[in-house]
Amino acid sequence: MNGPAIEVDHLAKRFRVYHERNQTLKAAFMRRRRALYEEFWALDDVSFDIPAGTSFGLVGDNGSGKSTLLKTLAKILFPDRGAVRVNGRMAALLEVGSGFHPELSGRDNVYLNGSILGMSRAEIDRKFDDIVQFSGVEPFIDQPVKNYSSGMYVRLGFSVAIHVDPEILLVDEVLSVGDAAFQQQCAEKFAQFRRDGRTVVVVTHDMSAVRTMCDHAAWLSHGKLVELGPAALVVERYRDATRSDQYVDPEGHVRWGSGEAVVDRVELLHDDRPVADVAAGGDVTIRLHYTAKEPIDHPVFGLAIEAADGAYLWANNTRDTGFAIPRIDGSGVVECRVPRLAFQPGGYTVLASVVDSSTTRVFDYVRNAADFRVVQGSVTESGGYVQLDGAWRAVSSDGVL
Amino acid sequence: MSVFTDLVSSRELLSNLTSREVKGKYKRTLLGQLWSLINPLAQMLIFTAVFSFVIRVQPDKGSPSGLDVFALWLMCGLLPWNFFANVLGGGMGSLVSSENLIKKVYFPRVVLPVSNAASIVVTWLGEMVVLIVALAIFGGQPWKWLPLVVVVMAVEAVFATGVSLTLSIANVYFRDVQYLIGIVLQAWFYLTPIVYPPHLVQTQSDKFGPLVGNVTAWDIYQLNPLTQFADVFRKLLYDNTWPSLSSIIAIVCWTVAAVVIGAWVFARNEKRLAEAL
Repeated sequence: MNGPAIEVDHLAKRFRVYHERNQTLKAAFMRRRRALYEEFWALDDVSFDIPAGTSFGLVGDNGSGKSTLLKTLAKILFPDRGAVRVNGRMAALLEVGSGFHPELSGRDNVYLNGSILGMSRAEIDRKFDDIVQFSGVEPFIDQPVKNYSSGMYVRLGFSVAIHVDPEILLVDEVLSVGDAAFQQQCAEKFAQFRRDGRTVVVVTHDMSAVRTMCDHAAWLSHGKLVELGPAALVVERYRDATRSDQYVDPEGHVRWGSGEAVVDRVELLHDDRPVADVAAGGDVTIRLHYTAKEPIDHPVFGLAIEAADGAYLWANNTRDTGFAIPRIDGSGVVECRVPRLAFQPGGYTVLASVVDSSTTRVFDYVRNAADFRVVQGSVTESGGYVQLDGAWRAVSSDGVL
Repeated sequence: MSVFTDLVSSRELLSNLTSREVKGKYKRTLLGQLWSLINPLAQMLIFTAVFSFVIRVQPDKGSPSGLDVFALWLMCGLLPWNFFANVLGGGMGSLVSSENLIKKVYFPRVVLPVSNAASIVVTWLGEMVVLIVALAIFGGQPWKWLPLVVVVMAVEAVFATGVSLTLSIANVYFRDVQYLIGIVLQAWFYLTPIVYPPHLVQTQSDKFGPLVGNVTAWDIYQLNPLTQFADVFRKLLYDNTWPSLSSIIAIVCWTVAAVVIGAWVFARNEKRLAEAL
């Protein structure tokens, strides 16, 4: 794959908000003008490329323009300025089963819907069995779809859409349809799409889905592009921005929380000495100094590590690892020992938190509690974030080993 | 124009949508597709009773065919009219009723009004076959005029589609159009020589004399494209003779105008449909 799958070039889309819309001739004649409206830019000068073969997430608040952007990519809406260039066959999953005719059989509707989505008859003939099998409505395929349950309806619609076999797939929150088994089936289909090197563009409010599914992401706010980059980084920035109580303390730490307990300092130790550089694969202890301003029962301390590019690599907390802390009051120190820090050489950041026993109330959360570097250790591996210390051996020797 | 290339590239979708319309129309009815014949038959009985027996409208004998059956004469004008009125009625709502589809899926929008027209063509074909068989049974010679009839039907189909393209867009912006068109079609029906022969209008017009300058009511009456279509169909099917050249020119001009305007209006507005609906 080469070049971007989608190029968005200074895209702008204007909508009219009608105060009084004339949808009747009488209204138009009486007021002698079409309508009173205000204009607003749902998308304002948005530019980015989506590389071919990657998954791309669009995040943002409601009304930020992300669905408008997706619809513009899908050619449902047309830009007022700028342009969208799409290289490859595209399918949009904005709603499944649109265009089903209730009185027609499932079979007829597969053909109808398939051709609405741009498949040829020969293509549908070829894929028909797969479509029906994937949907799981096989016994009812010759029944009118009005007799289908809503789940069956959605499954058949989704199945048709996914079999369009696009090089570029646009998805708008439709993953949240159907029962758990079907959702699993869909997730696998998307994973397969990505493995096949196709491009997937997703709009969703599910940040963890963006994190796990997407390579890159764009964050839109009020029609403008705020952040563009690796998905984990964009999601983190977006999450940070939506926390209203976030602040930057005098030492430059980005943090938030209610403040009953605070993280004073985080340090990394090797052989009981504070260090800034850690050898890859080495033993390291992360020490967290805290102060509880009032007695807190069953607090939970958490640590996480992010790579310099924002990728979320590791997280660990005292509750999940079974380290019970009955109560804290005043200052204290807890530490977490990592026997083998299996990261590739590079820069990393430690995130630290104190939360309540349910992990829903945050007393203090520090985004950049400590920075450290991993330097070359005994293991050399060629790339990625982690060192798994993989070892090779020959199993059969038909070759010249 | 983009509208035409869209149509060519999406012909499979067009045929699927057309068969959806045709198959879906009479679902859950006992008589199914027979309804598409029962309707014009009932109209034929009613109009024949009123205009032939009560009002005693007497159209000229078919010449040279020698046919003299009011019901057949009526149907030669009524079936093309019904086709036109049905295409307008259905085509107008074709975008509004597919709102959900337009907002969620990209495909060339023009297939919606065109597939509506195509599905009505299918019905019309069935009706015309029955009419032609009946004409032959009553002693007419419709067979050798058949190729021309098919050509004129194609021209009318294109004309009606062109008009419905414009109306489908108009209805998106002003929903009054669908109610207004009911009244317009009713008036238009009587302004077209379907239940009466056109020479009655000519006689009245001659009595009255010119309205403005040299223009008589008859001249204005002739401007109605459906008058021309009814005339051409009657000449071919009922009289079994060549239609007048002026009628042919008139219907071709009307058709070109309807298609050019329809395609232009549609191309200008189709990109905004998802917002306007």
